[in-house]
Amino acid sequence: MTPTKQTPLDTKAKRDLEAAPLVEAPDPGRLNYLNADYGWKSWLFTTDHKRIAILYLVSISVMFFIGGLMAVGIRLELITPPGDLVQSETYNKMFTMHGIVMVFFFLIPSIPAVLGNFLIPIMIGAKDLAFPRLNLASWYIYMVGGAITMGAMIHGGVDTGWTFYTPYSTAFSNSNVMLAGVGIFIAGFSSILTGFNFIVTIHKMRAPGLTWFRMPLFVWAHYATSIIQVLGTPVVAVTILMVAVERAFHLGLFDPTRGGDPVLFQHLFWFYSHPAVYIMILPSMGVISELVTCFSRKRIFGYEVIAMSSMAIAVVGFLVWGHHMFVSGQSTYAGMVFSALSFLVAIPSAIKVFNWTATLFRGSISYDAPMIYAGGFIGLFTIGGLTGLFLAAMGLDVHVHDTYFVVAHFHYIMVGGAIMGYLGGLHFWWPKITGRMYNETWARAAAVIVFTGFHLTFFPQFILGYLGMPRRYHGYPEEFQVLNVMSSAGASILGLGYLIPAVYLAWSMRYGKKAPNNPWAAQGLEWQTASPPSTANFDTPPVVPDEAYHYAASEVIVV
Amino acid sequence: MSEAVSQHERLQAAHAGPHHPALQHHFPDLDTQKEAATLGMWVFLAQEVLFFGGLFCAYTVYRNLYFAGFSEASHHLSWKMGGANTAVLIGSSLTMALAVRAAAQGKRSLIVLFLILTILLGGVFLGVKVVEYKDKFDTHLVPGHGFRWEGPNAHPAEIFYSLYFAMTGLHALHMIIGIPILAWIAWMAQRGRYSPEYHSPVEMVGLYWHFVDIVWIFLFPLLYLIGGKH
Repeated sequence: MTPTKQTPLDTKAKRDLEAAPLVEAPDPGRLNYLNADYGWKSWLFTTDHKRIAILYLVSISVMFFIGGLMAVGIRLELITPPGDLVQSETYNKMFTMHGIVMVFFFLIPSIPAVLGNFLIPIMIGAKDLAFPRLNLASWYIYMVGGAITMGAMIHGGVDTGWTFYTPYSTAFSNSNVMLAGVGIFIAGFSSILTGFNFIVTIHKMRAPGLTWFRMPLFVWAHYATSIIQVLGTPVVAVTILMVAVERAFHLGLFDPTRGGDPVLFQHLFWFYSHPAVYIMILPSMGVISELVTCFSRKRIFGYEVIAMSSMAIAVVGFLVWGHHMFVSGQSTYAGMVFSALSFLVAIPSAIKVFNWTATLFRGSISYDAPMIYAGGFIGLFTIGGLTGLFLAAMGLDVHVHDTYFVVAHFHYIMVGGAIMGYLGGLHFWWPKITGRMYNETWARAAAVIVFTGFHLTFFPQFILGYLGMPRRYHGYPEEFQVLNVMSSAGASILGLGYLIPAVYLAWSMRYGKKAPNNPWAAQGLEWQTASPPSTANFDTPPVVPDEAYHYAASEVIVV
Repeated sequence: MSEAVSQHERLQAAHAGPHHPALQHHFPDLDTQKEAATLGMWVFLAQEVLFFGGLFCAYTVYRNLYFAGFSEASHHLSWKMGGANTAVLIGSSLTMALAVRAAAQGKRSLIVLFLILTILLGGVFLGVKVVEYKDKFDTHLVPGHGFRWEGPNAHPAEIFYSLYFAMTGLHALHMIIGIPILAWIAWMAQRGRYSPEYHSPVEMVGLYWHFVDIVWIFLFPLLYLIGGKH
């Protein structure tokens, strides 16, 4: 292995060289999972994990669009200081639906149910997930939950915020809390089923030779995510159930006038809803680990540590929920413990960022669209993570609690982090999923537009929050207008950045170039099978003789 | 279905030889399939622990806040009925375990017999629960607008009964879901689907039933037996 200095041209040439022997002329008569069967029944009753992934892809894209529309409404209202576009009730319903749809119906299923569903069986050399019918059931459950929640929206909406804080949600709100709650309760079980399926699949269905420490980091990340899904989601499910029952039968469990404790609700809610952030970000981190190593043509730095940091995040992430409640009346002592634990959970996240950077160091980096998203992820996630530490410090949190600082922070993690990873992964594996290449120029442009639009939208919100603008109000004092207009302008750029991929990706499905089996010269079982794969994934059951990322070996090719 | 599938099935047949009708296409052999089912069931039960856990957590918090009220309210529950139901449910766990044993030995009629006994005992449990619930309705102990309680502990007592109905209701719901599954498994056993090589559905429903039993083992003392003599 000779460390040679390379220009980007070398990199491209080298990749083509590596890719060359793997590019086979796609056999037009070859059956794959997409053309193996036709008709709506073959989709709606399929148990093929790849087809179910496509079903999820379509459904969450619709949800993303609906959630995005709500965001458009919010940003339009906030262009001017007075609450003039919509009434405050409508505004409350808009940000509530934005949160509910984006969190429960887009972000949580996004990477696991689409990319994870499609890739995990292939990455571990299996024919399907362990429980294919439950996998299909999870999609139907998701659809029922989604339909009920949409029903709540059409029937007049919900105004509690996605957090459903009591006693407002149980005793005062006159909106459709019950209906939305039931929708979320049901959708939760789809998330549980996905995680449950992944855990069993990863344990029991790995190909011969695929030991735990040969697994791709994408699979490790999903394993950690699945643990959170299985152990966290039932708690929020039963909590929402308690809220619904309390509303229906006029109980007093969370009503302080009748001896109930509203803070207990917050504890139960955040016990899930903080780890839920890791359900969104861990799969994204798994995607980034794959992208960074592939596009720098280097073995990933510190494989075992990245794998274990995912597990550490899953475990420690369960112990930090109280940092959402520093001003709720929880004891200062509890606050200190939660604060310290929150600082602790930053360590494994920082390890990942460090290792990705170390992987890039002296790598032969090429800036294809997925890599631009990966780079964007690293930057945005670092900002989001660091501001998370500000919020985990009790003194500072008292100052910025419930301000736009918090809004900006979690959008850096959930939009800047999770969605950048999702889009990066979608572009990276798009040739595998559809068998078609998208337009690279448009893709790179869209990635840059998303990155730019994102910063312009959310960076001003850090400043707004620090200056004291509270979240969840439809009006604000005039001195905040400049920053709010910047944010709304950024949101329109961001929206454009999300629409462009929708167009060229859809276009590529019909008109795109046929994709070779391994367009990125990447390592991993999914690149050794056809694009798109056959229904059984592999023609012969694969055997895994080596670790996941032996890119270093290929570096010898270029002299 | 399609050519791909049939080709795939031929491949598999070539690899594995004649395979068991219960073997699903994506597993290499019955052992792996059974291991996956067993692990899946345990992961599901772990999920169930957390599901009930939210309620147990709320119970713990309020019992610590309002111990006197909880103990006073608990005295209106009949420990005799609860105790009898505990015995019934443990009995059903025994018959369930015997059904699994019969399945492992391939004794078809014994599987059916023990599953029917399990269903009957489950039915008795639910029947007793109905009697108890009706009594609470009659004595205005159902939380909400109709709740009546004399003395200073009205709020804690109402919270106690909210938790009582939530926890035992959720538990009963698990039994109501379990009984049709038991009946279905019994029907499948009657039709000769299970053998000593393949009977994991019987084992899985057994694990579920034992779990539901264990939840009750915790619920009974926590709800019926607090605050000393009744």
